[in-house]
Amino acid sequence: MKSKEVSLDAALSHIKDGMTIMIGGFLGMNAPLAAIDRLVELGVKDLTLITAVNAYPGGGFGIGKLIENHQVKKYIGSHIGTCPAAVEQYKNGELEVEFYPQGTIIEKIRAGGAGLGGILTPTGVGTLMEEGKQKVTIDGKVYLVETALRADVAIIRGYKADKMGNILYRGTPNSNPVMALAADYVIAEVDYVVEPGEIEPDRVGTPGILVDAVVKGYGEEKTREIFRELWIKNKKLA
Amino acid sequence: MDARELIARRAAQEFKDGYVVNLGFGIPVLAAAYIPEGVEVILQAENGILNFETVTRLGEEDPYVADAACQPTRILPGGSTFDLATSFAIIRGGHVDATILGALEVDQEGNIANWALPLAPGKWSPGMGGAMDLLVGAKRVICTLQHTDKKGRSKILKKCTLPLSATKAVDLIITELAVMEVTPEGLVLKEVAPGVSVDQVKAATEADLIVKGPVPEMRL
Repeated sequence: MKSKEVSLDAALSHIKDGMTIMIGGFLGMNAPLAAIDRLVELGVKDLTLITAVNAYPGGGFGIGKLIENHQVKKYIGSHIGTCPAAVEQYKNGELEVEFYPQGTIIEKIRAGGAGLGGILTPTGVGTLMEEGKQKVTIDGKVYLVETALRADVAIIRGYKADKMGNILYRGTPNSNPVMALAADYVIAEVDYVVEPGEIEPDRVGTPGILVDAVVKGYGEEKTREIFRELWIKNKKLA
Repeated sequence: MDARELIARRAAQEFKDGYVVNLGFGIPVLAAAYIPEGVEVILQAENGILNFETVTRLGEEDPYVADAACQPTRILPGGSTFDLATSFAIIRGGHVDATILGALEVDQEGNIANWALPLAPGKWSPGMGGAMDLLVGAKRVICTLQHTDKKGRSKILKKCTLPLSATKAVDLIITELAVMEVTPEGLVLKEVAPGVSVDQVKAATEADLIVKGPVPEMRL
C-alpha cells in the first residue's frame, strides 16, 4: 500500500487562493501549527477560514497569524474577540465574519461530513441567529435549520498517524475529528508517523480512509517548548 | 472584599454535590475557588473535558491539554476528554446541571445579552463562543455580573437593549448588591448583600423587583 506521508509543501500545494479551509484546534491547542506557519510563508490569500474559535488570546499564535498576515477574506466561527487583528479587520471592512454558536458550527461541520443537509437546533432561537433561516416546530418546540458546512481542504492535528492515515489523538482533540470528514482534501499534521499496525485499532480516533495526506509537524519536543514559551509569556506558568 | 470576589463567593453557594458545572470566563471561573466544603462538582470545559483543574507551575503542563481558555490544564482522576461535537451534545443535550455565565445585560424575563457589542453599523463583536448553547442546554443558568455599568446605569433591565444570547434562559442573577430569581411572576429579590438595603437595590435596578416580606442577607 502506498504511504500517505508526504512533505508539508506537497500537502499544502492543494490549498489555492480563494479556497475554503477548515483548521482544527482550540485557541491554538492541538492546532496544526507547522502547517499554519508554512501557509503564512507561502502567502496563499483570499481564504475563507472555518474554525470553532479564533486565535490564542491576544493573537500572534496559530490561526491568528493567517489573519494578521491578511490571508483571510472571510472568517466563519463562533468568536473573534481573542484575535485583535480579526476584530480590527472586521471593523474596517477588510474581513467578512459569519458568526455561529459554537455548538451549531461544530454540528454544521459534522453534518457536512455525514451526508446530512443540516441540523435542527434550539440554540439561537429568539436572537439575531434567526436572520434568514428557516424555523421548524417539532412537538411544540422551535428549532433553527442550520445547513451543512464543508471545506475544500481541512487541516487537522493528531498525535500519531500510521502511513494509512489512521489518527491517534492525544489530550483534547476538539474540532479535529469532526473536521476530518468534512473536506474534499484532508491533511493530518502529527508528531509521529508509524507503520500500519502500530496504532491499536480501538485507539484510532479518525479512520485512515478519511485522511488524504499525513505530514510531520513540529514533533513532541518542539510542541512542548512552543506551549511552555506561550504560557510563560502570558503568565500562565511560572 | 471587592465586588467580583463577593459575587464569586455567593455564586459558589449554588453548587450542589455531584453537579456537572460549566463556568464562563471572568467571575464565574473565580467561583471555583469558593466551592463549599463537602461539595464536589465535576467541571466541564466546552473544548471537551470533564473533571479538570488549571495548573500554574512550570513542569505540570501538558502541551496537548488545555481548558476552554487555552490555559495549562490537568485532567483529574476519573476525568475524560472528547471531541467538540460530543462536548456540545453534552451541553445542549441537558447533561450539564448548572452553568454560571457573565452578562452585559439581563432582564426581568430572564433574557440575557452577553455576546455582542456594537463594532460598526450592523457589526457585532466578540461573538458568542459556547454561551448560546449553554444558555439553552444547561439545566440551571446562573448569571453573575456587576449590578451597574461604569456610569452607574443598571444592567438589570426591564428589557435587554443589546442583541440577545437567549430568551427566558436565566434562572438566578447574582450581583454585588443582590440575588434575584427569575420567576413566572417576575424578578424576585431573594437576598441583599451585607450592609445593603432593599431600597438601595431598588434604586440601582431598572427592572421591576418583586419584594416578598423581609429580604435576608446574602449567604457567603
